[in-house]
Amino acid sequence: MKKLYGHPESLKTVSTKYCAGCGHGVIHRLITEVIDEMGLQEKSIITNPVGCSIWADLYFDFDSVQPPHGRTPAAATGIKRVLPDHLVICYQGDGDLAAIGTAEIIHAANRGEKFTVIFVNNAIYGMTGGQMAPTTLVGQKATTAPLGRDPIDAGMGYPIQVCELLATLGGTRYLARGAVNTPANVRKTKQYIKKAFQAQMNGIGFTLVEILSQCPTNWGMEPVDAVDWLEKNMIPYYHLGEIKNELEGAAAGAAAASVADRGAAPASTGGTAGAGEGLGGAAAKGAAR
Amino acid sequence: MSEEKLLMKGNEAIAEAAIRAGCTAYFGYPITPQNELTAYMARHMLARGRIFIQAESEVSAINMVYGASSAGARAMTSSSSPGVSLKQEGISYAAGADVPLVVANVVRGGPGLGSIAPSQADYFQSTRGGGHGDYYTIVLAPKSVQEAADLTYLAFDLADTWRIPVILQADGMIGQMMEGVVLPPERDLKTLPKRDWAVGYQAGTGRDARHISSLDLVPENLEAKVRARFKRYEQIKAKEVRYELLGEDADLYMVAYGTSARVCLGAKKLAEKAGIKLGLFRPITLWPFPELALSKLAEKGKPFLTVEMSMGQLVEDVRLSVLGRAPVHLLGHCGGVIPTEEEVFAEAKRILGR
Repeated sequence: MKKLYGHPESLKTVSTKYCAGCGHGVIHRLITEVIDEMGLQEKSIITNPVGCSIWADLYFDFDSVQPPHGRTPAAATGIKRVLPDHLVICYQGDGDLAAIGTAEIIHAANRGEKFTVIFVNNAIYGMTGGQMAPTTLVGQKATTAPLGRDPIDAGMGYPIQVCELLATLGGTRYLARGAVNTPANVRKTKQYIKKAFQAQMNGIGFTLVEILSQCPTNWGMEPVDAVDWLEKNMIPYYHLGEIKNELEGAAAGAAAASVADRGAAPASTGGTAGAGEGLGGAAAKGAAR
Repeated sequence: MSEEKLLMKGNEAIAEAAIRAGCTAYFGYPITPQNELTAYMARHMLARGRIFIQAESEVSAINMVYGASSAGARAMTSSSSPGVSLKQEGISYAAGADVPLVVANVVRGGPGLGSIAPSQADYFQSTRGGGHGDYYTIVLAPKSVQEAADLTYLAFDLADTWRIPVILQADGMIGQMMEGVVLPPERDLKTLPKRDWAVGYQAGTGRDARHISSLDLVPENLEAKVRARFKRYEQIKAKEVRYELLGEDADLYMVAYGTSARVCLGAKKLAEKAGIKLGLFRPITLWPFPELALSKLAEKGKPFLTVEMSMGQLVEDVRLSVLGRAPVHLLGHCGGVIPTEEEVFAEAKRILGR
């Protein structure tokens, strides 16, 4: 008999500390399914960030390194340069990536570091208890924005669209945004992750998958309401899809370059936004708010 | 074959010694007065197929070192005082996760942006941990370009042996001056210590997944880990103390390291001509501090004169070692000012009433 479905080998069979309705568990599952499918369990290293997903090393059954808050891409840079044939996953939350670690993510992306960032965007700070994130939507309430995020009068700024921001950088090759609020979005997100991991193992430049995720606890709602809230509020602002995809053009170049090549990224100045729901539309919408 | 003596700048000798010690990954960010070190690494690491990155900040550089070392490489960064302040977060994490690494600090005047002239004002920072939490780093203080090369070479072995961050603390004078140096031999990378704790290369080993982390939310567990580390610190104190004592029979003992110690040597010669015996006690490891040797010297009851390019940092360790059994005096300068031989000799004479 052929086994059609089972628990991923790369994911331990333990209960997580994540809250009911949290998206991290689903995202962990997607990552490990892809790793198993690619046969990379013993060749994978994750940098687990400060934030709720600090616990990732309890759940993933492969090596991990835990860096300081926001320095995740810098540590992943060091790891990937030393072990260029390994799958290095830089797991980051919105505080880690888009607030305290903005310098690290921008420059790792710009250097075209050949690891994959899994960026979990739940528009709130989870571990510390519901503070405003750089990705908190305009008007969304947080413990540090009790009246809602007010970008102008209170000077709280605008929610950062990370994929669109990074799309202008020459080192980025694949930037996609998925979500884990519906089965269809979960399946699509898995495909983005697989594309990114395959690109990494083929030695193509910087890859990032942003995943919109629920945080019912800190959004102050039931898990079922949270998936609806994500659909109605986050997706209209954080457009789903492949925001930048230069994998095909890069694949030819990468085939010629050795995986062991530790040099800088190709001097390409690519960086045009992807199709449809890409940079232009989203940026225009952001400005309108 | 006779050993070749080269004329080299301190910063470049540190860089070349690191390469010869088997450093395969270097990450740095420009800051004066250590820029020649980063530039030397850029030329020579890439040429050897090793890893060099000019990072976007000192913060990133130290975390690249943390990642590279976790993945099994002998990794280092270098900077000067303001930049080393920025690295303290990463050094604390490395200490808490037992990740070995080497940081060269070519110290300049502070606080703040201070000056780019030589200083020893980072003594407290480097010998008291430097970042948050209970930990120490090994701190090596060279007095010459030769010793800068030798101690850099040693730093990588100490880091690996004890799984600890090691700071090579050279003041700006040591980094900038040129002297003759015989470089240590090139290490065969295949003979470097095995890192049976590093991540990567799990396939085919049958080992469990490895997790490099400084986190433990159970207070009793974290205390046990820190206490185990402090037992290791005691072993380091027992085995790795290094110092030099010149003139054991003396009327007064100067205590100084690095450039200050060189000045004291000059003062010692001036004193000899005047018939005054000055001794020089020179810590080479600032941590672990040679407290037992200094304590033994204090039993003679002769006065001590601490000479430092800081406003009374080293002198605190001297007082803690002497424990009131002899008078301890301080001649401190700051801001990049270097004491003179005449000044030190005059102060010694004043203390001795000569």
